[in-house]
Amino acid sequence: MDKTLKEFIPNERGTVKKVTAEGKIKRRLFDMGVTPGAEIIMRKAAPLGDPIEITLRGYELSLRRDEAAAVLMEV
Amino acid sequence: MKFALAGNPNSGKTTLFNALTGSTAHVGNWPGVTVDKKDGYYKKLSEKVQIVDLPGIYSLSPYTPEEVISRNYILEEMPDAIINIVDATNLERNLYLTTQLLEIDVPVIVALNMMDALERNGDSIDIERLEKKIGVPVVLISALKGKGIKELMERAYAAASVARKGYSVLQNSKIKDMYAEILSLYNESDNAVFHTVKMLEADELEIAANPSIAERAAIIKSTIDNEEYDNDYEGIVADARYKYITEHYSKALKRSKSHTGDSRSDKIDKVLTHRFWGIPIFLLIMLAVFHFTFSENLLMLAYLIPEGSFDILIIGTDAINSPGVMLFNLIDLGTSSLGEAVAAALSSSPEWVSSLVVDGLLGGLFAVLSFIPQIMVLFFFLSLLEDSGYMARVAFIMDRAFRRFGLSGKAFLPLLMCFGCAVPGIMATRTLENEKERRMAIMLTPFMSCGAKMPIWATFAGIMFAGAFAEVIVFGVYLLGIVVAILSAMLLKKTALRGETPPFIMELPTYHLPQLKNTGIHLWEKLKHYVIRAATVIAGAVVIIWALSTFSFGFRMVEPSDSMLGQIGRVLSWLFVPIGFGQGGSGWQFVVAAITGLIAKEMVVATMGVFSGMDGDAVLDAGAEDLQGSNLANMINGISAPAAFSFMAFNLLSIPCMAAVAAAKGELKSAKKLMAALGFWMGAAYLVSALIYWIGTYWWISLILVGLIGLMIGISKIVKYNKLKLAKIKANI
Repeated sequence: MDKTLKEFIPNERGTVKKVTAEGKIKRRLFDMGVTPGAEIIMRKAAPLGDPIEITLRGYELSLRRDEAAAVLMEV
Repeated sequence: MKFALAGNPNSGKTTLFNALTGSTAHVGNWPGVTVDKKDGYYKKLSEKVQIVDLPGIYSLSPYTPEEVISRNYILEEMPDAIINIVDATNLERNLYLTTQLLEIDVPVIVALNMMDALERNGDSIDIERLEKKIGVPVVLISALKGKGIKELMERAYAAASVARKGYSVLQNSKIKDMYAEILSLYNESDNAVFHTVKMLEADELEIAANPSIAERAAIIKSTIDNEEYDNDYEGIVADARYKYITEHYSKALKRSKSHTGDSRSDKIDKVLTHRFWGIPIFLLIMLAVFHFTFSENLLMLAYLIPEGSFDILIIGTDAINSPGVMLFNLIDLGTSSLGEAVAAALSSSPEWVSSLVVDGLLGGLFAVLSFIPQIMVLFFFLSLLEDSGYMARVAFIMDRAFRRFGLSGKAFLPLLMCFGCAVPGIMATRTLENEKERRMAIMLTPFMSCGAKMPIWATFAGIMFAGAFAEVIVFGVYLLGIVVAILSAMLLKKTALRGETPPFIMELPTYHLPQLKNTGIHLWEKLKHYVIRAATVIAGAVVIIWALSTFSFGFRMVEPSDSMLGQIGRVLSWLFVPIGFGQGGSGWQFVVAAITGLIAKEMVVATMGVFSGMDGDAVLDAGAEDLQGSNLANMINGISAPAAFSFMAFNLLSIPCMAAVAAAKGELKSAKKLMAALGFWMGAAYLVSALIYWIGTYWWISLILVGLIGLMIGISKIVKYNKLKLAKIKANI
């Protein structure tokens, strides 16, 4: 089943299928290791609900839900 | 010999740089941008080696100033070697930058840092295997403990003497044919591999630099269809890099067990970014930082200490001062005794000479110096939090609240610091990546009421309404500042600083104990620029103000009211009539006080004290009760309450002080942008003050106006609604 990273709930795991963002944001996601095939674990949301914290490639990354919506995941 | 130091943020790069260069380090700015430029010398080789610390980066993309600086520096200056520091606990992402550095025709040496942290988890890295795969020397170091530094430098020195050709992981990727074709276009020129990869990625800087090759490369790219990626070569290249890293390099990493349990960092994070406790804990930490910097009643001990039990110089009276205040007192003691000594030495010289030296020159210099201790203490605590990894969490926690104003969570800290002092606040805006966000944050800084404005609020609140509403008034001032800041942010976001909201994709680094030595080492470097700039600007301004308020236009020493400043104040006072405090017999005095406030806000109350025949320092030292019935109280009560509120608002929102202007000039790097900021501050101050005065004075007319406008809007809505209804009915017919 496919869904975006935005819809992930804490502790859910998945693999990146595609990054649909544009320009600078897309490049930034790629540079931080959010590339197809990367395994991601959603950790938690910030106290105000946004941004979210994920674990990938052995480190912690935070991004906004808007940006997470551009990461298509395979669960 | 010149070596460049490159690596990811949080990889221990600063620590390594300090270990290499020690006290020879010099901090400045890269030309044209406010990104730290650090360089120093390593002297333990047969030849002195210059070490240039490049900004911490994740990639060599063309999108952030740090990345562009790093890449231009390497390509244009061609250092003799690049030392690439790699965090062993975060190998994959760190090596991503390494694959890019390897594409440049410069010898590269990998410094593998934080192995102890990796080994603590029971993991290990096969160094020999990694070295063989990467093809350049890999040296194990501990930047923190200074281990492996000598070997690193010796091997880097040896590597620097052998020319190296760039190598790209794309040579073995699925787009290797296309890569080879574009590479041939560059015809063995310098850094051909690097340029080829950038051209493949359709990098905007590369296309602009080589338009003719770009055309031919576009043709080559159009012949092959990479559907899987929608022909997105930036994605293909990034993917190829990570694939290569996981296939070839990551195998050198041996994990002892599957990491299912929470690490120490995860456990700390569970508390500090907790759904409910995250924000309260953050507020408590910030409160503690400000308490230790500005409080004159450390840990609220005054409630335990009986009154009159002790009065120790510097430490405090019936209470213990915070370290910040103690340092402040210490400097104050030194400067005031120095001032007195100089005054005594000049007692036989003409009056104007001692006045110029003691009140003008030294007074101005000491005013600048007095800021330093608390700024330093504040910076120190905040760098500790930064170093520990907590500041990234602050941005994480606060981002949601700040986004609707066009700011990100990272802007919270600089703005918070401005409640202490605008100068470090403005300097801290350089941590914001986005240039528009940085400008926006700087433009909001004066609206956070700083420590130097407190005496104004205390004096006015203590005198107005006989001090009955003191707390309400002071609280109201702070609230007004915040409201104006929010409204300004919303306005700026829609007008001058319009643009897409900057993205928030940020690493949350592993927590670790802050290193005192590292935090302290560049504290003075950071402040030095401010001190020099402020000393020249403020001291100059103070001397001018002193001269203007001491001499008449006939260059005779006179009372302030007859001085040039007094005369100018009278002339300018009509400008302040519309905002309520320019009229009346003492109107010009308020005007002059407000103008001196543009130099430094401490001067506002002092100036008013001088005009009412009281010693400026005495006014600052006096409690609110002592002021009741004084000349100053008569002066303030002489204008209407709305005019007094307008005066306070003007001081709150206008140019905070010359030190802040100097800091803003340093960060904005453009006279035009600085003028825009100054204009914005003065405009906001004038407008809000006018609103307060007019609504306060004619509140009943205002109420009628608001009612009328409301009524008109209501009527127009009803009319519109009826018209729509009519149209619908007609349509139905």
